[in-house]
Amino acid sequence: MSARIDITLTVNGERVSRSVEARRHLIDFLRIDLGLTGSHAGCEHGVCGACTVRVDGEIVRGCLVLAASLDGAEVTTIEGLTDTGEVADLQEAFVARNAAQCGFCSPGMVIAAADILRHHPEASRAEIREHLSGNYCRCTGYQAIVDAVESTLATRREGAR
Amino acid sequence: MKWPAIGYLRASSLDDIWRARAEHGDAAQLLAGGQTLLATLAFRLSEPKVLVDITRVAALRGVRVEGGVLRIGSLTRHAELGRDPLVAQHAPLLARAVPLIAHPAIRNRGTIGGSLAYADPAAELPACVVALGARIVALSPQGERRIAAEDFFTGLLSTALTAEEVIAAVEVPLATPASRSVILEVARRSGDYAMAGLAACIGMEGARATSARLVFFGVGSGPVLAARAGAALAGRTLDAAAIAAAQAALNEDLDPPGDMHGPPEMKRHLARVLLQRAIATTHPATEAAA
Repeated sequence: MSARIDITLTVNGERVSRSVEARRHLIDFLRIDLGLTGSHAGCEHGVCGACTVRVDGEIVRGCLVLAASLDGAEVTTIEGLTDTGEVADLQEAFVARNAAQCGFCSPGMVIAAADILRHHPEASRAEIREHLSGNYCRCTGYQAIVDAVESTLATRREGAR
Repeated sequence: MKWPAIGYLRASSLDDIWRARAEHGDAAQLLAGGQTLLATLAFRLSEPKVLVDITRVAALRGVRVEGGVLRIGSLTRHAELGRDPLVAQHAPLLARAVPLIAHPAIRNRGTIGGSLAYADPAAELPACVVALGARIVALSPQGERRIAAEDFFTGLLSTALTAEEVIAAVEVPLATPASRSVILEVARRSGDYAMAGLAACIGMEGARATSARLVFFGVGSGPVLAARAGAALAGRTLDAAAIAAAQAALNEDLDPPGDMHGPPEMKRHLARVLLQRAIATTHPATEAAA
């Protein structure tokens, strides 16, 4: 057993090696050790969803993942997702519909919503709400957020025709 | 709150697990998906000294049909359970349970073994494995043993696992064309733990039930097998009279504690409602009419 654990992983396409404390969760690792502050630490016990990031292609609660456990993993944060342009249309829809107020939940919300775009292109409004039910927004009342996801899905479906 | 200072060991094999336990004893805590354990650390509800990360132990992985049962490795994540074709075919109840478990991001990490070992009385999977008549395969350095799911859950957050054992897999009898299964729950918000839930496996012959295993969750100290209500359905056509008889029998099967959601009588009411809804879902006549 060692107090610090050496890990090498890929973050937003870049190889990163660090020595971390066991108690370091993924979000503090990203924010404090790597300076990637787009991922937010909210409740820090897995309830609010502000810390949603991708690990090995799937969304997770960053506050419920030990950085030490991620040796060899591939992590994508809102910064990486923005750089690749994967969610540019979704982000534009969030802006156009004013689907944020304080913005604290937005990075996690966009990553969770991107999961819908990838895995559930035919999602109904009810399914969008269900999928985002683990991401809390205390400002907007969710309507504009669901609108933004719904319109992005619709636009992408039309584009695919 | 931040996690406390703690040690971390990455196990790559079962031998690594046994070694870590031999060295650290009770201070070592196995870490699988961590979706409950790591939250309890933040609240200081548990204070292990060393986390033993078992997620890379290949022997605990995989879903396959073997010896007439569906064997589900304990590290199978909820999301994997929900999309696995063998689970959909042979244990559809488990696939149906997945959307009820927390939220997508949590389902991508949490494991079936972790859920069973933690034994939350309001969790879906413990109730499902009891309803399915599954067996839990427990491994220790001495070998493995199989524990019937209904004997596995021994009380609030308690199981029949010894301190030396780890859950290797769950073995589920294969579903047959005559078996119907359903899981339903009532929760205040999507993804919350249920105020009350029901996992049911009913054997059907035409409109007649040959057997019924009704397992309630969120209404006791663990999954509650409602044996009297099940017996009230067995051998009968699932009509209004049979449902009423089973609902009446629930009074003796259940002894729910009050909790933050409401008093015992509210839980009893929810259980009766869930029972009626479950039978409406599984009844072939109802399916044909729908």
